[in-house]
Amino acid sequence: MISQVFILSSKGDHLIYKDFRGEATTDAINVFYQMVTALPGDQPPVVMTREGLHFIHIRQGGLYCVATTTTNASPFTIIEFLNRLAALIKDYCGSLSEKSVRMNFALIYEMLDEMLDYGYIQTTSTDILKNFIQTEAVSSKPFSLFDLSNVGLFGAETQQSRVTPSASASRPIMSSRGDQGGKNEIFVDVVERLTVVIGANGVLMKVDIQGEIKVKCYLPTCSEMRIGLNEEFSVGKSQQRGYGAAVRVDECNFHQAVRLDEFDSYRILKICPSQGEQTVMQYQLCDDLPSAPPFQLFPTVERDKSDRLLIYLKLRCDLPPKSAAINVSVTVPIPKGSLSMSQELSSPDQRAELQPSSKAVHWEISRFPGGAQLSALFKLEVPGLSAASLLEVGPVSMSFELPKHTCTGLQIRFLRLTPVQPNPSPRWVRYVTHSDSYTIRI
Amino acid sequence: MPYLGSEETVKELKRALSNPNVQSDRLRYRNVILRVIRFMTQGLDMSPLFMEMVKAGASVDIVQKKLVYLYMCTYAKLKPDLTLLAINTLRKDCADPNPMVRGLALRNMCNLRMPGITEYIQQPVLTGLRDKASYVRRVAVLGCAKMRNLQPDAEIDGTVVNELYGLLRDPDPVVMVNCLRALEEILKAEGGVVINKPIAHHLLNRLKDLDAWGQSETLGFLLRYRPRDDTELFDILNLLDGHLQGGDSAVTAATLRLFLQLASGHPTVQADALVRARGPLLATCTASSRELRFTGLCHVQRVLRSLPAQFSPDYKKFFCSYSEPGYIKFRKMEILVELVNDDNVVLVLEELQAYCTDVSPELAQAAIFAVGRIGRTYSERGLAILTGLLGLRQEHITSAVVQTFRDLVWLCPQSTACVCQAIAGCEEIIQDSDGKQALIWLLGMHGDQISGAPYILEDYIDSLKTELSTLVKLELLTAMTRLFLSRPAETQDMLGRLLHFCIEEETDMCVRDRALFYHRLLRCGVEETRQVLGGPKSDPSLGLIAGRPEEPINNWAAHFNTLEPVSSSGSVVAGIGCDGAALPTLGGSDGTTHSAANCTLAVQEASEDLCSGLPEEATSFNLTLGPALTPEAFEKLWLELETFQTVSLPCSEPSSQPETLQAALQLVQIQALAFSRPGSVPWKAYLYAHGSETIILAELLCGPGSDEDRLLVTVKQEPRDEKVQRGFLSVLETVLQTLVSDAT
Repeated sequence: MISQVFILSSKGDHLIYKDFRGEATTDAINVFYQMVTALPGDQPPVVMTREGLHFIHIRQGGLYCVATTTTNASPFTIIEFLNRLAALIKDYCGSLSEKSVRMNFALIYEMLDEMLDYGYIQTTSTDILKNFIQTEAVSSKPFSLFDLSNVGLFGAETQQSRVTPSASASRPIMSSRGDQGGKNEIFVDVVERLTVVIGANGVLMKVDIQGEIKVKCYLPTCSEMRIGLNEEFSVGKSQQRGYGAAVRVDECNFHQAVRLDEFDSYRILKICPSQGEQTVMQYQLCDDLPSAPPFQLFPTVERDKSDRLLIYLKLRCDLPPKSAAINVSVTVPIPKGSLSMSQELSSPDQRAELQPSSKAVHWEISRFPGGAQLSALFKLEVPGLSAASLLEVGPVSMSFELPKHTCTGLQIRFLRLTPVQPNPSPRWVRYVTHSDSYTIRI
Repeated sequence: MPYLGSEETVKELKRALSNPNVQSDRLRYRNVILRVIRFMTQGLDMSPLFMEMVKAGASVDIVQKKLVYLYMCTYAKLKPDLTLLAINTLRKDCADPNPMVRGLALRNMCNLRMPGITEYIQQPVLTGLRDKASYVRRVAVLGCAKMRNLQPDAEIDGTVVNELYGLLRDPDPVVMVNCLRALEEILKAEGGVVINKPIAHHLLNRLKDLDAWGQSETLGFLLRYRPRDDTELFDILNLLDGHLQGGDSAVTAATLRLFLQLASGHPTVQADALVRARGPLLATCTASSRELRFTGLCHVQRVLRSLPAQFSPDYKKFFCSYSEPGYIKFRKMEILVELVNDDNVVLVLEELQAYCTDVSPELAQAAIFAVGRIGRTYSERGLAILTGLLGLRQEHITSAVVQTFRDLVWLCPQSTACVCQAIAGCEEIIQDSDGKQALIWLLGMHGDQISGAPYILEDYIDSLKTELSTLVKLELLTAMTRLFLSRPAETQDMLGRLLHFCIEEETDMCVRDRALFYHRLLRCGVEETRQVLGGPKSDPSLGLIAGRPEEPINNWAAHFNTLEPVSSSGSVVAGIGCDGAALPTLGGSDGTTHSAANCTLAVQEASEDLCSGLPEEATSFNLTLGPALTPEAFEKLWLELETFQTVSLPCSEPSSQPETLQAALQLVQIQALAFSRPGSVPWKAYLYAHGSETIILAELLCGPGSDEDRLLVTVKQEPRDEKVQRGFLSVLETVLQTLVSDAT
């Protein structure tokens, strides 16, 4: 059972505070903030205890969501609850940030009041909560005509994948009350997180893909939705389906509400989505990448006559020519004593800088088209350069985003609402692959 | 956060709230109330507005009602008389035709935590229990628990309890779970809600109607149930099986815990459940929420204690990602060490090797220690990596590698030759005291195999004046004396210099005593010295991963899915952060236990002089050491007892090491329980002694609040005995004075 719930900004401002049981004092907030900030680094442990009061917190969107309890409760339950709270705030307020929480605190109090009674979780389902929540969300983004026109322009087709302006998916679910029509959209996102380690010889050492299909629904009431996946989709090591290249995952699990009676034969997921965002399916694939890894690196590290360290990086993007990677960031650890750097980059839209605090060079490329090859030469001034210093260079780590691309090859064949609605609501399918851990050893 | 002008703000809000123009405009009125709530959240005192807010609560606008209720619940304690004014409105709302209004009013009425409220809420709560709407019943059920906690001394109302037991059969699942929760609180004194066979079976059957939260909580209540026989047990397990692999991590964890406890007599069933929960557990370890991932990892560690082979095929899931926060990386490394086996050792070591050069020194050191742990079983591979790392010539890396070497040599004697070759040249790089200690220990212990050992140690002796760490000095004394036994010709001169310096010029008591001790030992003869310092050079029986016995599941099953695995780990992480030596559990111990033992020996000798100096009169009564008090017992007793006497002794804080002080006090039969670090302000120490059938507790305090050179002693005694207490104080004074004069 939960004693208090509070939300703090990263600076320690009190945004939300609700005491459910009167067991602890308001002072707990300050105690928590002191403990969090006193910890070394900015990554404190999840559970902290002070005088019999346990503080469990998560960090999302730069905010601390904290629950306190005096009992030896299940950490899974409390963390899942806090995650759910964050997701609900995102659903109801459009986004989770200091600003949106500040603007919608009355709504969040109302939500907390219905979700917890005397510290016991009552319900967290959007379907039930929406009956009780009366406060209208205040959207932190000004209404933009541009968003609306975009939606109207492409809103008709459903078969192809494309990207909608991201702002239209981050609005409060309840704001559609009163006004209707074009805003009753459904978003289906296929999001994959890619973790790769490539050895010094270019061999893939570790691949791990964590994927999920998320449905974000703005329809106040939704009848059954059918999501068709690739027919070649197979689960497990041995199973093979179809004639083409199989789309294979190791394991997948589904949201409780998903009905799977047509999954085995037709790969169709049936669900009645409730308002807000929910993860319909999660899947994993390890040790196997159906396509080539998106990036290959060809590094050369040497010292020149005047005792400078030369790092020459050639980076190739192996995506199909039509797609591109965005927000590519490359981090190269360098020897500790490095003083200054001069750089030669192959095109003007790239940036690179030396960060003495983290002893690394950051190379950023905002857009990297498939099939392209970029190169960078970094000349580092390192006093007292020795052979050992060369060993300090590497491994290179990258983070990037691949819009309209899934590494497993999972696709949504169709998205159908039954029974067919009189005025069809726009349906959007979006694919994206994130990687914040793509490591290449040198 | 009281800031300037907060009084002004309150006045202004008060004006706005009582302005009829504002009151008539619904939106404006609500906005003013919103401002009040915002200030309240920020910690400003808004209680002066109570009257106006109560009035605002009598509105038809439900949003406004909710805001006002939130306000009232916060300040009800401060304004009990004004709160009573609101009760009427609330009671009227409890009879509203709209169930939402009824529920809201009832819930908030029960949330007003103030004395005397119970008489007003009792009737509405009892009516609420029989309400048509399940929403109101949910609130009313928990209202019973709130009512009970408002007057904990009152008799338990039997009819309410019976009614709640009856409501377990309510068609609404949340009402059922709330009943369990309420009964648990009401019957706390009697051990909580009773789960007998019919109730248990009822709960099991209803499980599928509940949402995930209800399920995990009900599973927690079922832990209390003991099935009559094996048939019933297996029926229950079959019923629960589906939940073990469901999508929700909280439900999986709760089910697994229940499985482990129900089947505590069937180890094979337990193991089988763990095997089947493997997938979901692994899924939490790779969840996108970092906090959930951390929790999963902590629980996997528990499972690994009993089934080390369980996760070995999935070792790659525990490789660290570049972007993960430190606390997750540390945990993953610990897990990797646990699950290493013949098949994956090559890849795991390769992965750990990559972390050894991480930008964060703490992480790099933890990775090196992890390689060392694996090296205890796979010594060749481990050694190859560790020697390779020395080539980087990085301060923190070399230091960690040498510390790892020390443990390896102690645990796997076959690695000695290789280590002895590798450590040449390290002395130039190592700067921190942990690394120095390890290197000096290695040089002393295995100096016969390292040709340059005497000359490296000589460098340390030459720079002794600038050395700050006592432990390094102690280690150096031991190492030098040891080396003298194996290579006397080269070391005689420098040992002499070292002892001379330490005895004549060293200010640290512990070092000086140790030097004196070795000096006397050497005077007794070489053979005697060899006997004392010789001893084995390794102990291979410790610390093998392969031979480690598997812990029975029942040892940790009770703590599964509680905060214990998660929070105890928090301290470990902090430990790594501080000294980087938490990974190898044996790490510091093998080297330092020796020195600690030696230290006490030396100290005892040094304090013999003390003993002889004690006045006769003080020792005439008997202080005895036993029975020992645990720190908890001491604390409890300390808080219970009244202060008997507070005196101020004319001596300053003893500058000697805690070990010395402790040994000296023990000599006069006073047991020291805890000390501040030397030099800290305020300096404190807690002592106790038994004598003439009384127990004396004492606190020494030196620092702010007392004079520089006086020590404040607070004495508590049970039962009181003036004579013993006076004797205790005089003994204490003598000891402290002797120590202080000795040190200066």
